[in-house]
Amino acid sequence: MLWACILLPQLALDGVLRRHAEPDQPLALISGPSQRRVLHAVNKAAEAEGLRAGQPLTTAQTLCHHFAKVDYDSAEVERAHDFLAAWAYRYGSLVSRSVASTLLLEVEASFKLFGPWPRLEARLRSDLSELGFRHRIVLAPNPWAARALANQHDGLAISQQVHLQNALGQLPIDASGLPHDVCENLHRMGLRTLQQVFSLPRTALGKRVGANTLQQLDRLTGALPTPLPYFQPADVFKARIEFNYDVTSSQALLFPLRRLIDDLAVYLAGRDGGVQQFLLRLEHDRGHVTEVSVGLLAAERESSMLFEFARGRLEPLTLDASVCALQLIASDLPAFVPAGRDMFDARPQQAMPWQQLRERLRARLGDDAVHGLAVRADHRPERSWQIDVQKKSSPLPLPRPGWLLKQPIPLRDHRLRILAGPERIESGWWEADVRRDYYVVETSMGQRAWAYRPVGELGEFMLHGWFA
Amino acid sequence: MASVVALDSLLDSRRVWRGQPQQRAPSKQPTGFAALDSQLPSGGWPESALSELLLPMDGIGELRLLWPTLARLSQAGDASPDGKIALIAPPYLPFASAWANAGVRLEKLQIVLAQPRDVLWATEQCLRSAACVAVLCWPLQADDRALRRLQVAAETGQCLGFAMRDAKAAANPSPAALRIVIDTAPAQLRVIKCRGGNPPTQPIPLSALAR
Repeated sequence: MLWACILLPQLALDGVLRRHAEPDQPLALISGPSQRRVLHAVNKAAEAEGLRAGQPLTTAQTLCHHFAKVDYDSAEVERAHDFLAAWAYRYGSLVSRSVASTLLLEVEASFKLFGPWPRLEARLRSDLSELGFRHRIVLAPNPWAARALANQHDGLAISQQVHLQNALGQLPIDASGLPHDVCENLHRMGLRTLQQVFSLPRTALGKRVGANTLQQLDRLTGALPTPLPYFQPADVFKARIEFNYDVTSSQALLFPLRRLIDDLAVYLAGRDGGVQQFLLRLEHDRGHVTEVSVGLLAAERESSMLFEFARGRLEPLTLDASVCALQLIASDLPAFVPAGRDMFDARPQQAMPWQQLRERLRARLGDDAVHGLAVRADHRPERSWQIDVQKKSSPLPLPRPGWLLKQPIPLRDHRLRILAGPERIESGWWEADVRRDYYVVETSMGQRAWAYRPVGELGEFMLHGWFA
Repeated sequence: MASVVALDSLLDSRRVWRGQPQQRAPSKQPTGFAALDSQLPSGGWPESALSELLLPMDGIGELRLLWPTLARLSQAGDASPDGKIALIAPPYLPFASAWANAGVRLEKLQIVLAQPRDVLWATEQCLRSAACVAVLCWPLQADDRALRRLQVAAETGQCLGFAMRDAKAAANPSPAALRIVIDTAPAQLRVIKCRGGNPPTQPIPLSALAR
């Protein structure tokens, strides 16, 4: 097994920056109790202004007065961590997110599919850069060694146990991931690198640093295999963006919406699934919520397509109150079956498959705007058709008009010519008893109509269809 | 001359009038009626183009004229999800059994209900998508520009477009490749415009539309 350790040194900050409208302006994450607010992390622009992580907020405000302040939210960091674990899941089935700010991913099993490590590594890096997370990646034969080496290296790839011993040996004790007091203890003994620690007699070392540290050192070398809790992607996708300003137009929601839907597409690709229905919750002040449901007839997962449909539902919306947060919830996640297509089929430009066209039409015209047509086995004309295409029956071999009126209307014409009929159609006795004699008539204008008279009456005809 | 223009391509682009009728490739979309095919310059519906049917009133034969074509198109496609026949904002309900009896495979038929202002948009989307083999629309207000958009969309999507309009529009020019007026008394078809040739002078009686 080969383990890739993806270290995310600025997980909290990157999680905020990637959703921020102006990531290049000075920005700082603030944490701590209200009496003593300190900067948790700062971005590059803020660093150029002299801000540092760990500074008290008051000091920072004297140094620079115009930086954006975002509250550090540990739940938000957990969500970003989960999201990245779901992303990593597409590159390997063994993903662990149990170590803070770190993803451990077993990759050897995936080489057949994604190519050798350099290619897979390039892929991981380009994905992470696109998602907006800074990262360090190290490959090692066991996850603990990979994690420890990532403290010091980026891009290191060790696939053999022999080389691992060497690389671990050169690692300074401070960077080895051992507890702080143990590091200090070893430092006082005059030890600087792990190599020196490993060469000590085991029993003597055990007496000095304790059994726990010995176990930890064994895990690093791989002598003590320790299973990790593995990540299972959630069955529901939930993502939320909170605005630190009020949004009053639906247009301004499109940028955060795009981010959310991109994340959803990443999640779906990791699951190899699609989404059939998702919910957009626009949260207003005082707990009021506007819900916009986006439903599709078939499962989809392409980000641009999903964005277009969501946009179609969001844009006609007039917001009564300003929006302070946007949440996307997708719980209906069926398997995704891509449409089959002929390889040699030359298609015109701007072509789109029928499913996509149908969703586009539904997004603008309404959910029920597009439907099919099928024959239903019923002799009553009003009931002889249905929009459910699955259940079909064979048509009656009777002359029937091509157009049917939804509601029969009186046919006012004094020079009607009866061409055929009557054909009696009766409704069932178990419902409203209707008995009609249908005729094919020609109007004075030359149209051929399908009209009826109630049985036994000689009044005017009721028009029910056109033989067009 | 900087470049030599092949004679064939020059003649094919039909920018040179040769004073004699040119043999054109027969249309792959016959109307299904020999009497009408023989009158049309391409021997059928103009391919990848918009055709207009101008009707003075409802129910006088537009479906009889189109059904053979729709039946052929719906039976040609296999089980693929594409190759739909879209009806955009039809004025009445299509009677399923009558359409099925005419040979149209109903699973290929899709009905799009649209408000009058969305009809042209929906038609353009369907024409352009190449997911449909034929698009029938009933636009209430369609000006020259709108029809030109539809014509271009039909070319892009390589699709047969049919616009059913009021016969009053016959007097206005239109960018459609083929325009047919259906008269009631006497019942006949008049081709008033057909791309690639002069329109036939004689009307075609509707009674001749028997296969």
